[in-house]
Amino acid sequence: MTMNVAALENPVARRSIRPGRIIIWTLLFLGGVVMMTPILFMLSTSLKDASQVYDLRLIPEAPSLDNYVAVLSDGRFLRWFLNSLFVAVCVTVSNVFFDSLVGYTLAKFNFRGRYIVFIAILSTLMIPTEMLVIPWYLMASNFGWVDTYWGIMFPGMMTAFGTFLMKQFFETVPDEFLEAGRVDGLNEFTIWWRVAMPLVTPAISALAIFTFLGNWTAFFWPLIVTNSRDLYTLPVGLSSFAVEQAIQWEMIMTGASIATIPTLIVFLLLQRYIVRGVMLAGLKG
Amino acid sequence: MANIVLNSLVKKYGNTTAVHGIDLQVKDGEFVVLVGPSGCGKSTTLRMIAGLEDISGGTISIDGRVVNEAEPKDRNIAMVFQNYAIYPHMTVAQNIGFGLYTSKLPESEKKKRIEETAKILGLESLLGRRPSQLSGGQRQRVAIGRAMVRNPAAFLFDEPLSNLDAQLRTQMRLEIKRLHQRLGTTIVFVTHDQVEAMTMADRIVVMRDGRILQVGTPMELYDNPADIFTARFIGSPTMNLLPARLVDKAGHHAAELNGLGASVAVSAGGISGAQGAEVLLGVRPHDLVVSSQGNGIQGLSLSGTVSVVEPLGSETLVHLDVGGASVIASAPGKVIPKAGERVAVNASAGSLYLFDSKSERALCRM
Repeated sequence: MTMNVAALENPVARRSIRPGRIIIWTLLFLGGVVMMTPILFMLSTSLKDASQVYDLRLIPEAPSLDNYVAVLSDGRFLRWFLNSLFVAVCVTVSNVFFDSLVGYTLAKFNFRGRYIVFIAILSTLMIPTEMLVIPWYLMASNFGWVDTYWGIMFPGMMTAFGTFLMKQFFETVPDEFLEAGRVDGLNEFTIWWRVAMPLVTPAISALAIFTFLGNWTAFFWPLIVTNSRDLYTLPVGLSSFAVEQAIQWEMIMTGASIATIPTLIVFLLLQRYIVRGVMLAGLKG
Repeated sequence: MANIVLNSLVKKYGNTTAVHGIDLQVKDGEFVVLVGPSGCGKSTTLRMIAGLEDISGGTISIDGRVVNEAEPKDRNIAMVFQNYAIYPHMTVAQNIGFGLYTSKLPESEKKKRIEETAKILGLESLLGRRPSQLSGGQRQRVAIGRAMVRNPAAFLFDEPLSNLDAQLRTQMRLEIKRLHQRLGTTIVFVTHDQVEAMTMADRIVVMRDGRILQVGTPMELYDNPADIFTARFIGSPTMNLLPARLVDKAGHHAAELNGLGASVAVSAGGISGAQGAEVLLGVRPHDLVVSSQGNGIQGLSLSGTVSVVEPLGSETLVHLDVGGASVIASAPGKVIPKAGERVAVNASAGSLYLFDSKSERALCRM
């Protein structure tokens, strides 16, 4: 009785008992369980020894960090980790620079063929990666880029998605900011760098995060273009645990757990920009 | 400081002509205001002077040098925009100093100039703040500071006060005028507000549909408008215009007000042979005064029913229905007629204007 009175008096409480809300929360909870279960099993498996891997209990019988010690003391893992970091950082920096430059040009300069260029760039989004892999490989092969860092990186150095995202954001920057810069004597590159770029920080952050995550987890192309183990990125290297000897699930899961750390750090630091970036990219079209 | 000369300046957007070959000379140190309604070409003209719009014809000279092809940065002008255009990611000091970004001055000199500018504009205590922490008036001062710090030959203002509230606008108007008196730099100021134009300008340029209608000092435009548009645009409340016809009365010209039965003797020359011509009789509300008696002197005398009264303290504006026509008159501040009351209004002959109905040009001031 007391609760009912409180619910009637307090609009928040009254709202919270709506059936629709309960359904939404239930669905969100189920979605959360579905998404979190594999991650929890990954962490759980990384704390088990080889004999317990197929024991599906979430909490290991005798949890141990031995796998972490083994993985981290294996020189190859560190190498793959650094390879992934190098590739992801280079591609991210390149995307932020070039996608912004092209996006800015398409958004803020009137020139003949601007629309056609934009459509041509956008149309590449419709081609699946699987169809591009063979031309990429032929190109890499002809230029001698196979089994090189540049070979891993070159297809992603500039993306249509990034260009589109940045163009949409730059369109929201009032022209007066840029004109003020022109009157103040700045050249166009300085206006872009000193005036326009700081005004689209959320977009830059979102693009940086998307690009970093995409390249950190990239598997297919690095697998194809690399031959030597020293050039493997982390996902490719981890997969080799499964083919070298017997499948070492506990090692794979340990490596995967460690591999999530940089992405978690990036996400936690910049998550508000991701949400804002995704929202704006969707709204401004 | 610099003089600015526009010679047959044209701006076209495709088939649309925004500015129709205008000529204008802005003298060194002069404060010129371009005024007119939206779409009259005033901002386009200013942007062409700044170099932000290409010109389609004619020439622009700044300090004797034709700058048609010169980049904005090479024109030695500074511009203040309607939306301030101060950078949100920079502090006040960085914003003001950004005007010196390309300058080769030593850092100490730049710092000195920033501080001096901030002092003039009363921004000294705000130098470390970001624009989001400033009021509208402070932001506008920062924008002016960024323009000032470069010590340009001329300032261009593009409706800089239109985003401010009425009180702040009055204050900023005064500050800009003081600044001009202090610096003596040439200023071209664009506004659609005739009060801004009247209160600040050395000379006003009235524009309409991409053409200059009249150029003159504020009082020249107020006292001797060249046409109906200028007459109505300059002065607040707007001038009353009553349809009339020129008639001959005992050998003298007179303007007979249509349907009102009143007539006014026209003594001025220049309208001979216009017998029967349709004209508009103009009278400013401040010159049409509510009176308890009829007009004893030569001039206009009307009577009408009060529809709305606007007491302003110093005076009262009285809206009248005069034989179906709406007329605004004035009364002393303490005289407040009641709505529905019938009152007489008089204007002396010297305060009346006559315009040609067809050409809309002024015929004479009576």
